[in-house]
Amino acid sequence: MLSRIQFAANISFHILFPTITIALCWFLVFFKVRFDMTGNPVWMRAYRFWVKIFALSFALGVVSGITMSFQFGTNWPGFMEKVGNIAGPLLGYEVLTAFFLEATFLGIMLFGIKRVPPKVHTLACFIVALGTTLSAFWILSLNSWMQTPTGFEMRDGVAYPTDWFAIIFNPSFPYRLTHMLLASGLTASFLIIGISCYRLLKGDDKQAPKLTLKVALIVAAVLAPLQAFVGDLHGLNTLKHQPQKIAAMEGVWHSEKGAPLLLFAIPDEESRTNHFEIGIPNMASFILTHDWEGEIKGLNEFIGEHPPVKPVFFGFRIMVGLGLLMIAASWFGVYQLKKRKKLPIWLMRSFVLLTFSGWLATLAGWYVTEIGRQPYLVSGVLKVSDAATQIAPANVGFSLAMYLSVYAVLLVAYLHTVFLMARRAVEIEEFDMAEQPIKTISPNGENAYV
Amino acid sequence: MFDQNTLAVIFVSLMGLATLMYAVLDGYDLGVGILLPLDNETDADTMIASIGPFWDANETWLVLAIGLLLIAFPTAHSIVLQALYIPCTFMLIALIMRGVAFDFRAKAIVAHKRSWDTVFKLGSLLASLAQGYMLGLYVMGFNNSFESHGFAVLSAIGVTAAYSFIGSAWLVMKTEDALQKKAISVCKSTVIITFLGIFSVSLVNLFISPEIYLKWFTFPYALILIPIPLICASFFVLCWFVLKRLECKPNIGASLPFIFALLIFSLSFFGLAFSFFPEIVPGKLTIWQAVAAPESLNFLLWGALIVVPTILAYTAFSYRVFWGKVDELRYY
Repeated sequence: MLSRIQFAANISFHILFPTITIALCWFLVFFKVRFDMTGNPVWMRAYRFWVKIFALSFALGVVSGITMSFQFGTNWPGFMEKVGNIAGPLLGYEVLTAFFLEATFLGIMLFGIKRVPPKVHTLACFIVALGTTLSAFWILSLNSWMQTPTGFEMRDGVAYPTDWFAIIFNPSFPYRLTHMLLASGLTASFLIIGISCYRLLKGDDKQAPKLTLKVALIVAAVLAPLQAFVGDLHGLNTLKHQPQKIAAMEGVWHSEKGAPLLLFAIPDEESRTNHFEIGIPNMASFILTHDWEGEIKGLNEFIGEHPPVKPVFFGFRIMVGLGLLMIAASWFGVYQLKKRKKLPIWLMRSFVLLTFSGWLATLAGWYVTEIGRQPYLVSGVLKVSDAATQIAPANVGFSLAMYLSVYAVLLVAYLHTVFLMARRAVEIEEFDMAEQPIKTISPNGENAYV
Repeated sequence: MFDQNTLAVIFVSLMGLATLMYAVLDGYDLGVGILLPLDNETDADTMIASIGPFWDANETWLVLAIGLLLIAFPTAHSIVLQALYIPCTFMLIALIMRGVAFDFRAKAIVAHKRSWDTVFKLGSLLASLAQGYMLGLYVMGFNNSFESHGFAVLSAIGVTAAYSFIGSAWLVMKTEDALQKKAISVCKSTVIITFLGIFSVSLVNLFISPEIYLKWFTFPYALILIPIPLICASFFVLCWFVLKRLECKPNIGASLPFIFALLIFSLSFFGLAFSFFPEIVPGKLTIWQAVAAPESLNFLLWGALIVVPTILAYTAFSYRVFWGKVDELRYY
């Protein structure tokens, strides 16, 4: 149990940073390309500010990712024993095609701008962005395979690959990959929106935060509704392959026709019923089957084979709730920007509060899909309890305590530093592009470049 | 398509390559971290700048090595890492701390910069010690005896000295003036400690098991093998003389110590790997017993044959971009 908590803690911490870097890097490519095309220094300033936050997030992602590569074997020995023949090569391709690509060109991207021609530098940014996206491709392929395994056969209780194409492009993969990439896009957009608003609220009168605010708002306004659409498709796909997960998400106990969409309820696994239900009649059936009277299978048909209901049920509501909030906020923001050329103060304050909303939504969604697969680790193939480790609990407990305290410190330091960098950027005067960056002594410190 | 036995050899070689690349590449940046001065900010900045563009990619070799162990020899991965669970946890925490300290130090307020430097230095030191300790336990076959832990401590010091040696050799190559002078003098002392460390580890390694002893002293292997430690020893001597000359003429052959360190690392690694081959968990498991299914490894191999040379090529490109003495580190 402890080793499961440890793995869950590590992966939850790890997932935060790739979620930012995957899409943030494409934003950086966009800023850099716009600068190359227009020569407008504001794009370069936007790039310079955000590349620092990117570098910090990337470093946290790399170091927490190294930990993961060790824990696959130590925390889940049964996993590699049973399905290692499938999981192994997918992880291997991730390291080979993505990790080296992003890590090596990151060096050139961060430190090489004066050492390579501008075009090569832009290319390096592009390659880093490609690397982060490729890494999402492989890891989500593996994760989707664990949800909807295909292309393998079982011999003596061990999975052997029969068709690699079917394994990589398993049924839930296209939906999950798109859903995750869009989630990353929204997380990065709201991070940029939030921090840009924070700078403006702190009295920053420069062009760069206004520009990044506009770009990120437009991206968010496009991606948020798209995410709702893709999420719906993803849900239909899940209904087809993992009906018990949908039943838990919707809190449906008995199979029913014309199931209501529960806005709120408290599922009770003891009595196998919901308390305090508030719902819209027939709506769940309509969304999931596109038929008002469509039948949804209830949890009672999967007794002993369905996930714990509460975390899945609430996780799903948090994710969808945040998603709807993102649609509303981004659209209203774009509308205000178009009408008045600037945002009202209260809206900017709200955007600051929403800075890390993408993290919450992603984590909630991640828990829905991961807990929703239980009691299986690989659907229908391997149960969680058969894959867990036999390491002495005292040792796991010790390392868990160490990891948790380190992660807590790092998370605080990260949040603190991101806002610190934003405040510092406010104080620094813009410099002319022709000049070298000036090292400015500000009350907060001296390593500030903008 | 290769059969299972051939695949085992191919993958253990790839893993060996990744481990060696890691020991050399992260070895020098860990070494630079260990040597980081806490009372001289300018020097600290220059030293950090010299490894800035590379450390991310250097650590990726560790992920590849561990990844290949996981993929090609899953049983060995879980035996080895469960046996090394506690030192491994220390190493990972240390690597996390130093990795983030590197980034935070450039962004934190001045008052905190010194603290992050301390974290960076201690993280580098702890990671090196933990790696050496694990190597020691591995050589001793994960024995839980007093002697094997004693040997692991010796090995921890040896590896830390070796990383400081290659780290200072890197600084001799990448820096100038006063800092380079300091690096030369550190390099001169660490080269001696490293020599003693490698010498004692090799001796213990030889006498710990009769099989290893036999392997080294039986014809025809002996003909190829005996020269290895001799060549290695001569590199140490040459390196020491080069360093002595660099003290007077710091501009001529400043990259030689690093090249010697590279050669010494490679030869020692080869000697160690040869001693254990074909065992992957000493005394317990051979590569043939631990290897994964051929369908999986063949699938990965085709990709690796294309991708690994590409990785080596763009790594070389990156080193060419940052060739020469280090200039001030700036984020753009």
